[in-house]
Amino acid sequence: MNNMLNGKIAIVTGAGAGIGRATAQLFSNEGAVVYAIDIKGLDWVNSGSNVGRIIPVELDICDFTAVKDSIVSIKKEHGHIDVLANIAGLISYELMPMIDYNQFRKMIDVNVVSLVHLMSLVARIMQRQQGGSIINMASMVGAKGAKGQLSYSATKGAVIAATKSAAKELAEYHIRVNAIAPGMVGSERFKAVLAEKFAQKMNDIPFGRLADPEDVANLCLFLASDKSSYMTGQIIGIDGGAII
Amino acid sequence: MTNLEKLNNIFSEVFSVEQSVLNADFCKDNVEGWDSVRQLSLTTALEDEFDIMLDAEDILEVTSYEKTKVILKKYDIEI
Repeated sequence: MNNMLNGKIAIVTGAGAGIGRATAQLFSNEGAVVYAIDIKGLDWVNSGSNVGRIIPVELDICDFTAVKDSIVSIKKEHGHIDVLANIAGLISYELMPMIDYNQFRKMIDVNVVSLVHLMSLVARIMQRQQGGSIINMASMVGAKGAKGQLSYSATKGAVIAATKSAAKELAEYHIRVNAIAPGMVGSERFKAVLAEKFAQKMNDIPFGRLADPEDVANLCLFLASDKSSYMTGQIIGIDGGAII
Repeated sequence: MTNLEKLNNIFSEVFSVEQSVLNADFCKDNVEGWDSVRQLSLTTALEDEFDIMLDAEDILEVTSYEKTKVILKKYDIEI
């Protein structure tokens, strides 16, 4: 532990599992007070050394009222918010004729609209303190596209565009906004359901393995910390050399 | 300081006007320089002074002195 986030207040969405959970845990280990947000799956927070250092907040990020109430409460408790890691997201795989448009609309709501709403709320607090770091979870497919992932890639392309626009709008307040574009990540869900389906594609990863959630969390930590204090508007790939 | 005095100070400061001009006609259509940047300065000052966080739709509606009073009432700020 290097206390890279000592004294910082951080919000991590999608903290119930995978990258979000790994990020919340790592931020806490590095000294931040972490508000771990998810619609479910936060039982892990209430165990061991997490108690009191990571605060579970069970809510649906599409519920604007609940989100705003939570942000106001954090602001009143601490007076500042230093890091927002927008990690919550939905994913789908289907060929174009198979797109479920209700699912697509829901994905836009979670992956894009809620992310923009959270950025907007937290940025209003960060503006007053003249600083902060916002990290958005994009995807390699948002930048490059992928067969069978048109709807998902469209939402992640939107995340990339939103990140760049927010970075431009918030730079004068010294608020940094960056996005991470992972390749294939070996989350529990991926390993359980999709690993076989993508076995062939794994041969395309020069490092010969999927990313672990902790690999991506480490990049989140760098972007959240003052070590990246001169970086904004960047979309950073983390894919084991898949795209070079 | 009363809430009305706080409100008047904010308007006076944000728009650089005397408090005597603050009336029912003081609105976006009549006030020179009431652009989106000024409107955000106004809402930020309101949030700071009254310790509230305005909803996005209320930020858009802060378009006159009188409307601002109505919006503040939604947040239990009596003027």
